[in-house]
Amino acid sequence: MKHLLSIAELSKAEIETVLDRAESFAEVGRRDIKKVPTLRGRTVVSLFYEASTRTSSSFELAAKRLSADLVSVKAAGSSVDKGESLKDTVATLSAYEPAAIVLRHPYAGAAQLVAGWADAAVVNAGDGKHEHPSQALLDVYTLRRRLGSLEGKRIWIVGDVLHSRVARSNLIAFGAMGAELTVCGPPALIPRNLDQLGCAVTHSLDDLGEADVVYALRLQRERMKESFIPSIREYAAHFQIDSRRLSPRQLLMHPGPVNRGVELSGEVIDSPQSLIAEQVASGLVVRMAILYELLAAGEEEPTPAAGDGAARATPIGQPA
Amino acid sequence: MSSVQLKMRAAERADLILRGASVLDPVAGIEGQHDVVVRSGQIAELTAPGAASADGLEEIDARALHAFPAFFDPHVHLRTPGQEHKEDIETGARSAASGGYCGVLAMANTEPPVSNPADVEALLADARRAAAVRVGFMATVTQGMQGRELTEMGALRDAGAVGFSDDGLPIRSARILRRALQYQRLCGGTIALHEEDPELSGAGVMHEGAVSAALGLDGIPSISESTMIARDAALAGYEAARIHVQHLSAAESVEAVRAARAAGAQITCEASPHHLCLSDEAVRSLDPHRFKMNPPLRAESDRQALIDGLRDGTIDCIATDHAPHAAEEKEVPFEQAAMGVTGLETAFAALHTDLILPGVLDLALVVERLSGGAEPFEVARPSLAPGSEANVALCDLAAQWTVGEEGYESRSSNSWCDGRTLTGRVQMTLAGGQVAYRLRSFSMGVAA
Repeated sequence: MKHLLSIAELSKAEIETVLDRAESFAEVGRRDIKKVPTLRGRTVVSLFYEASTRTSSSFELAAKRLSADLVSVKAAGSSVDKGESLKDTVATLSAYEPAAIVLRHPYAGAAQLVAGWADAAVVNAGDGKHEHPSQALLDVYTLRRRLGSLEGKRIWIVGDVLHSRVARSNLIAFGAMGAELTVCGPPALIPRNLDQLGCAVTHSLDDLGEADVVYALRLQRERMKESFIPSIREYAAHFQIDSRRLSPRQLLMHPGPVNRGVELSGEVIDSPQSLIAEQVASGLVVRMAILYELLAAGEEEPTPAAGDGAARATPIGQPA
Repeated sequence: MSSVQLKMRAAERADLILRGASVLDPVAGIEGQHDVVVRSGQIAELTAPGAASADGLEEIDARALHAFPAFFDPHVHLRTPGQEHKEDIETGARSAASGGYCGVLAMANTEPPVSNPADVEALLADARRAAAVRVGFMATVTQGMQGRELTEMGALRDAGAVGFSDDGLPIRSARILRRALQYQRLCGGTIALHEEDPELSGAGVMHEGAVSAALGLDGIPSISESTMIARDAALAGYEAARIHVQHLSAAESVEAVRAARAAGAQITCEASPHHLCLSDEAVRSLDPHRFKMNPPLRAESDRQALIDGLRDGTIDCIATDHAPHAAEEKEVPFEQAAMGVTGLETAFAALHTDLILPGVLDLALVVERLSGGAEPFEVARPSLAPGSEANVALCDLAAQWTVGEEGYESRSSNSWCDGRTLTGRVQMTLAGGQVAYRLRSFSMGVAA
């Protein structure tokens, strides 16, 4: 793996390699000293053009747990505010010779462009409405821990699919792991021809009972202004996941942040079948695994080549 | 009404013989090997190969080459005035000449838009000074393309405007378009329409379909184009006016034109080489440099409908919508990138490679449609019949070349064929009786 730009680039086996690696980092997380020296002396740039809590904090903590030096750049307050182009910003940051650039950008294909400009490994931390591959990996990880395997499991993705990069990456990832997928939401928020991506499409929650997993998406409150839906109340009446619609045997997921009382009712968020908090915890170890696979995998056998030994990968078993 | 004005730089009249060229002019009914004798910029005669006497003329060995009537493009953007960093009259005309074109019509969506008679006069003066091929200029239908008030269409025609177009933008108001169509009775000039309902297109950046669903890009539905064509065809029919629909992209649009014509409307239309050769599958690369334009590349079924429309005559002509953009406007994520691709230099080669060689379209049909854009604008169609002004595209159908490898004649490099290897290349272009272009590597040796 040179970059992580799209979940579609990963085979099932490659996804499983990342998840297995994440399992070993989960073990590290249970130690007193949660840090490993793997990326000591290497630099990770976290470049976020959009607001983010979960993704930026977990990638940054992941880099630190791997002992990398972290440069964190937010678009607000940076030279991006002064009109610097993405290409020039990347050229500037590349002067620090980062090993990896983690990029969140409001437009599709941004990470792919950066991968063409920079020598660093590029991690797509969300590009427009296109993809969010690390989210998909952490969601598969979370489900695999709970269910063992996704093979044949029925997963419903409910809500605003049109504007959701999470939905797109998860359709690919869940599909690759053998799940059967159904997408449900108001017609204006389901992209035309979405069924050609290998999922069933419905506009009613009537058959939600067949789902093993219900994955709810965030509904931005502004959507009604563009007439995608008539009102939040009408949306909630048709598509809110609440305790009446969700049976106790079903698992509930959501990428966060949740609009409490819109796509999810308060009681299901806090119910034991909700995996939302587990998803966040998975985010850290999966993102450690992603950085590891991109920067350290294949370097586990130190070679007698010249260079700074400290910058070389160290097996995770060794303490820092 | 005032006769149509196209202008070019005056240079030496061509005096030459194309020895043994495979001549193909479907409209004039000429097909076969001939010596094409050009004297003082006119097609003097077509003789049997080797039969024409040299008589002091330059002799060009064209035995392995095809001579077509040079092409005419009714839809290009020369970016002048205001965006000369993308293209100007000189570079745009040179780009056209290298693609085998003898004439082009420049759109009026410049900065500022061409809305005043003085602007048209200045542009025509520019063309007389710098253009290697004939250039005509459209004026806007509405002042500044604002869609609110008509331009002084009569004065613009008198100043030399070929026709009218707000291309780049649709004319939102049916009332305004109706007034323009009524005014056409007074001043003439075909009204060329960019058909798109901005409400339906919204923030769309590509065709709405399975690919946009997969990429998470906002889609422009096919009906954004076809509903406006239906509206405007109805207006044109009602006012007995003449309209030309630009860059058809969707199957529904071909059907709308077909229906309008059957109902008696005076409607012509064009399709671009990129819409004839590519589908939205190309956008999966997220490369805005080659694949972002408006209208967008549509589904494979739309592409097939365009090909059918070209075959059955619903689509009158092929127009490139040559739209140069600076590199920095394309070196950004797809959604942020400017819309438009260049196409003059590759139109024939791309159509030859993608549609003629695989047997999808006949060479004669493509050649005919590549100059079919003259007639809707009352421009004389280029012809190889003796007595015609020499407008000739001399092509090597076997030549393979990689687009962009030797740079571009255009000031911009956002060619939809950038990096592709094409088969078929223009070796020489005669435009307006003058040699407008010679491929540098094309040997001009005297025929044996």
